[in-house]
Amino acid sequence: MSTTEAPAPAPEEAAPLPVRRPPARKRLVPYWLLLPGILWLVVFFAAPLVYQASTSLQTGSLEDGFKVTWHFATYWDAFGTYWPQFVRSVLYAATATVLCLLLGYPLAYLIAFKAGRWRNLVMILVIAPFFTSFLIRTLAWKTILADGGAVVGLLNSLHVLDVTSWLGLTEGHRVLATPLAVVCGLTYNFLPFMVLPLYTSLERIDPRLHEAAGDLYARPATTFRRVTFPLSMPGVVAGTLLTFIPAAGDYINAELLGSTDQKMIGNVIQSQFLRVLDYPTAAALSFILMAAILAMVTVYIRKSGTEDLV
Amino acid sequence: MTQTATPQSGGGDVRLQGISKTYGSFTAVHPLDLTIPAASFFALLGASGCGKTTTLRMIAGLEDPTTGTVALGGQDVTALPPYKRHVNTVFQSYALFPHLDIFENVAFGLRRRGVKSVKKQVEEMLDLVQLGPMARRRPQQLSGGQQQRVAVARALINKPQVLLLDEPLGALDLKLRRQMQLELKRIQTEVGITFVHVTHDQEEAMTMADTVAVMNGGRVEQLGAPADLYENPATTFVANFLGTSNLIEAEVTGMGGEHLLLTAGGTTLRLPTRRCGAAPAARTGGKVLAGVRPEKMALIHADRADAVPEGHNRLPGRIKDASFIGVSTQYVIDAHALGELAVYEQNIERDGRLVPGAEVVLHWNPAHTFGLDAAQSPLAGTDLDEEAA
Amino acid sequence: MAVSETRPPVRETRPPADANRPPVRVSAPRRALRLLRRHLVTIAGLGTLGYLILPNIVVLVFSFNKPNGRFNYQWQRFSTDAWSDPCGVADLCGSLGLSLQIAVWATLGATALGTMIAFALARYRFRARSSVNTLIFLPMAMPEVVMAASLATLFLNMGIQFGFWTILIAHIMFCLSFVVTAVKARVMSMDPRLEQAAQDLYASPVQTFLRVTLPIAAPGIAAGALLSFALSFDDFIITNFNAGSTVTFPMFVWGSAQRGTPVQINVIGTAMFLIAVLCVVVGQLAGKRRKRS
Repeated sequence: MSTTEAPAPAPEEAAPLPVRRPPARKRLVPYWLLLPGILWLVVFFAAPLVYQASTSLQTGSLEDGFKVTWHFATYWDAFGTYWPQFVRSVLYAATATVLCLLLGYPLAYLIAFKAGRWRNLVMILVIAPFFTSFLIRTLAWKTILADGGAVVGLLNSLHVLDVTSWLGLTEGHRVLATPLAVVCGLTYNFLPFMVLPLYTSLERIDPRLHEAAGDLYARPATTFRRVTFPLSMPGVVAGTLLTFIPAAGDYINAELLGSTDQKMIGNVIQSQFLRVLDYPTAAALSFILMAAILAMVTVYIRKSGTEDLV
Repeated sequence: MTQTATPQSGGGDVRLQGISKTYGSFTAVHPLDLTIPAASFFALLGASGCGKTTTLRMIAGLEDPTTGTVALGGQDVTALPPYKRHVNTVFQSYALFPHLDIFENVAFGLRRRGVKSVKKQVEEMLDLVQLGPMARRRPQQLSGGQQQRVAVARALINKPQVLLLDEPLGALDLKLRRQMQLELKRIQTEVGITFVHVTHDQEEAMTMADTVAVMNGGRVEQLGAPADLYENPATTFVANFLGTSNLIEAEVTGMGGEHLLLTAGGTTLRLPTRRCGAAPAARTGGKVLAGVRPEKMALIHADRADAVPEGHNRLPGRIKDASFIGVSTQYVIDAHALGELAVYEQNIERDGRLVPGAEVVLHWNPAHTFGLDAAQSPLAGTDLDEEAA
Repeated sequence: MAVSETRPPVRETRPPADANRPPVRVSAPRRALRLLRRHLVTIAGLGTLGYLILPNIVVLVFSFNKPNGRFNYQWQRFSTDAWSDPCGVADLCGSLGLSLQIAVWATLGATALGTMIAFALARYRFRARSSVNTLIFLPMAMPEVVMAASLATLFLNMGIQFGFWTILIAHIMFCLSFVVTAVKARVMSMDPRLEQAAQDLYASPVQTFLRVTLPIAAPGIAAGALLSFALSFDDFIITNFNAGSTVTFPMFVWGSAQRGTPVQINVIGTAMFLIAVLCVVVGQLAGKRRKRS
């Protein structure tokens, strides 16, 4: 008890009921545990964001150097020039997210309730593709969707491509270098991020609830709508976020599977930063993207009432 | 500070002085003085939230007392962390280490104290609790009763001065609980260690403990031997929490030899003067609560009222409900102005007319009546009953 | 709508229309349709599974291709050339080694730092708690390209040379949150009485941590580490911004998409897939055997 705390507590014998407090050393433990990791995030995550905010307000050129001039016009110019890419990113990402949900839900349901002793095998098949570099797998779609390939041939003979062309998703009798190919790639790449949280929340549902619902005169479809789906909401929310956020910022699928007409905002930021070397514009664009996504995510989390997700 | 956790044979006493615990503005335990004699089986009894577990955890060192001191076997251990106190705990829901097998769970404490060859001791201990063949199983593979015995073995192998048991039988079914109660009592007698047992089950406390402290709202309401607490409750809480009591509000109208004369609902009752220790207003004109245990009362059909023994207290009433529970029949009697009273009759010679609706006379030997302070709520401790079931 | 008294256990896939219809004779096509509807969820789920593993099958098949020209997108003829010489392309195996090296260090760094944060969050009450939670959550809710560009801006302005160290710093940064999430969940679900029991049984705080807390939290830590390794090894976007002229394996693949894809990348992709499946299967079998004994 010989710490250097300023007002030392009265000696224990003198006071009739001395009140004890944990020693300062003990109270500081959580802060020591947090320090290195939080410092890392502050220096390499938070500080760069602040730094970038200042970069977005700079003017100048690579030769003369950049200076902060509070040039807010960069934001207007960037948005004015690249709004089609913004709209496209949100559209593609939203479509891919919906597709992921529609495709992923049956798979998650299958693993959670129907796979039985095959459950582990199916889980391995969902996770294992992760271990092949996603760039290699995305390149494989180039082969699958190749112009003379079986998939395109089948879609053509079924006149599916006529319909998608009419919808503006494809052009002529090909799939590569069209919005369809990019959305298909995005859906594929982020599908596991939908399936895994869905599975986690479905697996927690007591199968007896299905029996209880049936016992209380709910048909299977009603059971799903009134019991299973509401209980899987945390998984749906987590899955859609984990799919939408990276999809909206992605530029690999648009680059590998699309043409110049399918460029997303990620492509613009990447080329502004790495090729054009216009750092203020790249910074402004990423700030607009970040703000838009954070706003959408906040509204979405509020609406779906699962704030405890975080 | 030099003597830490050295195994000693036999138990040590536990001395709590002015010990209290507050969390913010909530007081879990009010300043409390308590001495638990060495080698005794002591029970802290109370409903959930009464401060009994907090008290136990302060003895174990898992909770720092806000004020006061804890002494074990004459040594002040208030400032010692749990791992330097020679007490061991059987935790609620056991807290067996899921990543270790049964053998390693039991050996854990010995190994931490640097005991080299633990094999023989652990095997002996496992034999004592009849779990020898289970040594290499994991806790999850054991039944509730087996896990409970592992928890006891894991604590006892360290030969602590005091063994603390936190609701150790709460997760077991009734039959197994009965069996384990006797088993624990046997072990305690055998090893002679001081046992401090926290429970909300009054039957469990009375079966096992030499001394019971009934706690309520962070205070000890009454302390004593089980039979003493049952026969002479000091407060309405104890009267209702330990078993069931009929508490009749009455006015003292006079003295009659060794008895006080009471009037309740127009009837005169007698209450032994020597059993009024807990009723300060037990003088003429004052109010008391006259208590009687339901099994001490007898029922007789109103037609045979003259068969009531001379000198017994008697009350008229009507049977409201009767439930047959095997050894006895439990009646609820509507005693008119006095409200409802409970009577337990042994099923020896049953009067077939004692069915709901029948007019009856309740009677009992006045010596079975106890007096309580009428200033307290006669219902204290009753609403907690379901929890204790 | 009469409800029969003895209801069979409800099966989710049973078509609603059938629920109250008596089982009379049905024609064969209708029976097939009914079978289809009953197993609709299973069929749809297996379809999705097929969609998920189709590219891996293509990668596997095309690792045996002998393409004409620089790109390996069209099937020409069977060959095991690439399998017999997986490092036959310049820089390929070098970039693979670099990626593995970075992944190992990033995993170690992120797991250590993340585990500490997770313990602080799960076991202690302190003032800045909610800000810390937000700081952990944000990197996961941020498009990679935003983090990539801002971190690169910082390095650029600080005049730090891009290369191994900048990649490593970036990888630890974005893996950290995932480790915290995985470990925190595990520690939170752990009964605090286990640690108290250890203390009660004469284990000092250090012994309690090493003998009880750490072993029980281990699956969470392992999950976090595994996830870190996979994320780091496969990361392209953040690496692309912060690598300078250093080439990791994903960057090699990216470059090859422009210059020509050697068959060897399919070989390596397939090999990684097979190794992963093998590890999981062996792990499962070992787990089962341990449970049985």
